[in-house]
Amino acid sequence: MRSEFRSEGLIDGSESSLRRFLQTLSPVDQIGAQERAAMLGTRSIKTSSKKWAIDMAISMVDLTTLEGADTPGKVRALCSKAVRPDPRDLTVPHVGAVCVYNDMVGIARQHLDAIGGEDVPVAAVSTAFPSGRASRTVKIQDTRDAIALGASEIDMVIDRGAFLSGRLGEVFDEIVTIKDICGEPAHLKVILETGELVTLDNVRKASYLAMLAGADFIKTSTGKVTPAATAPVVMVMLEAVRDYFQLTGTRIGVKPAGGIRTTKDAIKQLVLVNETAGPEWLDPALFRIGASALLNDLLMQRMKMDNGRYSSANYVTVD
Amino acid sequence: MSNFEYAPAPESRSIAKIEKDYGLFINGKFQPPHSKKRFETINPATEEVLSKVSFADEVDVDKAVKAARSAYTKIWSKLSGKERAKYLFRIARLLQERAREFAVVESLDNGKPIRETRDVDIPLAAAHFFYHAGWADKLEHAGYGSQPKPHGVVGQVIPWNFPLLMLAWKVAPALATGNTVVLKPAETTPLTALLFAEICQQAELPAGVVNIITGDGRTGSALVKHPGIDKVAFTGSTEVGKLIAQSVASTGKSLTLELGGKGANIVFEDSPIDQAVEGIVNGIFFNQGHVCCAGSRLLLQENIHDEFLHKLQLRMSKIRVGDPLDKNTDLGAINSAAQLSKIRELSQSGETEGAQIWSAPCELPSKGFWFAPTVFTGVTQAHRIAREEIFGPVLSVLTFRTPHEAIEKANNTPFGLSAGVWTDKGSRILWASNQLKAGVIWANTFNKFDPASPFGGYKESGWGREGGRHGLAAYIKGAH
Amino acid sequence: MRLDVKKTYKLFIGGAFPRSESGRSYVVNDSKGKFLANPSQASRKDLRDAVVAAKSAHPHWSNATAYNRGQILYRIAEIMEGRTEQFVAEIMALEGVTSKAALAHVHEAIDTWVWYAGWSDKISSTAGSTNPIAGPYYNFTIPESLGVVGIVADQKSSLLGVVRSLAPVLAGGNTAVLITSEKRPLPGITLSECFATSDVPAGVVNILTGVTSELTPWLASHMEVDGLDLSGVDAKTETELRIAGTENLKRIHRFGPDKSPARILSFMEYKTVWHPIGI
Repeated sequence: MRSEFRSEGLIDGSESSLRRFLQTLSPVDQIGAQERAAMLGTRSIKTSSKKWAIDMAISMVDLTTLEGADTPGKVRALCSKAVRPDPRDLTVPHVGAVCVYNDMVGIARQHLDAIGGEDVPVAAVSTAFPSGRASRTVKIQDTRDAIALGASEIDMVIDRGAFLSGRLGEVFDEIVTIKDICGEPAHLKVILETGELVTLDNVRKASYLAMLAGADFIKTSTGKVTPAATAPVVMVMLEAVRDYFQLTGTRIGVKPAGGIRTTKDAIKQLVLVNETAGPEWLDPALFRIGASALLNDLLMQRMKMDNGRYSSANYVTVD
Repeated sequence: MSNFEYAPAPESRSIAKIEKDYGLFINGKFQPPHSKKRFETINPATEEVLSKVSFADEVDVDKAVKAARSAYTKIWSKLSGKERAKYLFRIARLLQERAREFAVVESLDNGKPIRETRDVDIPLAAAHFFYHAGWADKLEHAGYGSQPKPHGVVGQVIPWNFPLLMLAWKVAPALATGNTVVLKPAETTPLTALLFAEICQQAELPAGVVNIITGDGRTGSALVKHPGIDKVAFTGSTEVGKLIAQSVASTGKSLTLELGGKGANIVFEDSPIDQAVEGIVNGIFFNQGHVCCAGSRLLLQENIHDEFLHKLQLRMSKIRVGDPLDKNTDLGAINSAAQLSKIRELSQSGETEGAQIWSAPCELPSKGFWFAPTVFTGVTQAHRIAREEIFGPVLSVLTFRTPHEAIEKANNTPFGLSAGVWTDKGSRILWASNQLKAGVIWANTFNKFDPASPFGGYKESGWGREGGRHGLAAYIKGAH
Repeated sequence: MRLDVKKTYKLFIGGAFPRSESGRSYVVNDSKGKFLANPSQASRKDLRDAVVAAKSAHPHWSNATAYNRGQILYRIAEIMEGRTEQFVAEIMALEGVTSKAALAHVHEAIDTWVWYAGWSDKISSTAGSTNPIAGPYYNFTIPESLGVVGIVADQKSSLLGVVRSLAPVLAGGNTAVLITSEKRPLPGITLSECFATSDVPAGVVNILTGVTSELTPWLASHMEVDGLDLSGVDAKTETELRIAGTENLKRIHRFGPDKSPARILSFMEYKTVWHPIGI
């Protein structure tokens, strides 16, 4: 295992020390976690707090297109939407980032810069997304390509096969390597693919592993597998970043992705953040939501808060 | 960094149609009290008067008991179990239909948050009627012989902490087994019982099968002493429970009691810490701590004390205290001025006796009865706050070194209602459950209730069980 | 004079009312020989589809809480009560009884259904146990649902016969494929309409009408069917079907008219669990 990583003195660089550290983590009771997450889902967010939450959620969206059929045209339309979600209302904030496959990064960056979206970062999915099943060399090249084309955020996937078969050192090494390539300018999100990890204990372990290896953000899912960002999973990840901050003084971000389609879903996520990790995380620098259809629902809810009427899909743009 | 302030999210009061005053529900009708006396019931969150209810004196008690006897002899004892079942199913359904209305009225009268009445009290009450409806037509399979018989007329006195739910726990099994009922709700929380009387009318329950008489301790005393009552069921303080036991000692009346507790919540080092913190919080702050089976003592393994307390306090500072009708409120009002004064007195004793107090910072409203969620550390068995039931949102933290020490401390109390065990180890859960002298043991959870799960205490926490097949025994002649 | 709108009697499979894939129907006459209806004549393929539906509905149904199952079953009784007149008319026509007798039949059917609904959340309290074995182990036994149960309903009692067999199967958390009485099938389909309008999930109950002797061998030999209630089968056929059912050791029973928790337990399996007790 590599020795240049952010360990904050918690582990010494060997796989056995990593394994031992992860074993000291407290277990997670699935039922208790589900009940707490469900209770937080009953919070009623209305009027002024709802308005605030909608705008915050919009600014946290990583507007995403990850289809085999993506074309330059599709990506440009997405970027326009990212910068000006509602062309008729310029008070709507721009989104947190645009998220695309790495061969589309250049097109996205160019278009964003051309339309006044210089401060909207481009995030690229990487390391043989979504499966993570490829050689180390390929994964490294994948990341280098994205950064060369202008990606300032890298969303990598962990090797779930290695994790589930106990090769924790390999998972760790890969993250350290990719973080190295990102360097200072690009921030690294590590996708755990929680649907494949299945248990909340695994989610907790994988979260810590990723943070120790250098993740700037831990992310739930690729969006290609269900279940994805369920409330208990996100809650356990928020507990992990909260506790990691207690241990080390460093705040790591969290990104749920997949299955968050409505304003109600998004607001539930914000409540989870608020009452688990704390209000410091209510910031696009520390919390993002990977989504595509969500943005239109946020816009329609925003319109309803303004004019009191249930809106229609005709009043938001399709891209 | 931003602050996510939740705007007020009040449940509408308009669904609650509370009358200006109520009579006594005797023989299927609301009627004025013999003394014509009425007393006020208030909203403890605001001190506003909600309604005036009748004071039942000995004459009224006698009337109610006679109505129950007549209904028993002439109608209810002659009805087959399957027809009794259908009345109970109707009651269950009506409660479900009017659920929101009952939840709002309960919150107003008791002071507890609407989220809890909506999600816990009312659904559980309906479930109790549903569950017991299903026993009424199959009592010969309950393990009490081929023809189990009821007592006849039962007198029931219930407390103010879960008014409708306590009514359901009493009335459902009594009716299912063929008894008729005279029930006295608590002095400070009569309203949902009176609404329940309306449900009995809507269900076309024969007159006199259920009678609801409001009043105070004198009414309850007259009821339990009445010679026309065959069986008494009481939930309330251990002190009053003992008095009732004394007064029925020579009468041959059957008696079941569900009294106080000082539950120990034991947290071992290998417990799922975040869920254990949740469980401790739930154990003592759910229902403002007005819970007989509350986990009011935290027995914490000494080697995780500081880490656990830190997480506990962080979690406690997220408890939202305030308007019970706000859907985001976690902790509501203390039920009465009298109860608030008891809580303050005991809390003061904790400080005086040298324990360290910490309360979650929160803004308490100026009107109404309020107490911030509080935890005392450095508590030992000798402190009053470790021995006496506070019945409020106050947690006492003690430590232990070994499993045996934990059990010893947990059992070292005249009470024996509940206990909690938090550990990742299955054998330890089973071992601890064997050792703990408590009628209800929650492992890796707390404050869970179900009509199918028998509930009741060892030692001075009472006699008998409620719920489940075991809970039927109380209402079957010769079975308890 | 007003002409009434006559009902079509189709099969009930997977929550829907398809006709037989074979396209066949058969004639059902009333007790006097007068034409009553042309219900679908189910084929082995319809039966196959019904078993698929029942199998896929089983995990969700058996994992629901017993309270939830009891609520759903009780709601079915509510809907049955509303259809009393339809049932009475069908029973009078098919069985040639008076309206008073038909009404008593319907009432008993509904009350029996309610009786079994209330068992759902009680059966494990009465049939389960903790067992005092001689050692430091916690040992408990619980009854669990079997799976898919095939039912051949009583041939004579057109509604009550169906209820007596079906209700205990569902109360135990199983899903069902039921073949109605051949000559008196109609109340079984009207009962299906109650299922379709209650909250019971699609596939939990499936009802087939048709020629009993054509369908029963397929039911008895189907390897995804875990239990059989042969109450509507004659003695000779019963032996053949029992033999066919041994291939996957189906749990096979026949019952009389009694109601009893034993009927629920006949289609449940006992599971016993051990765990050490120690610090």
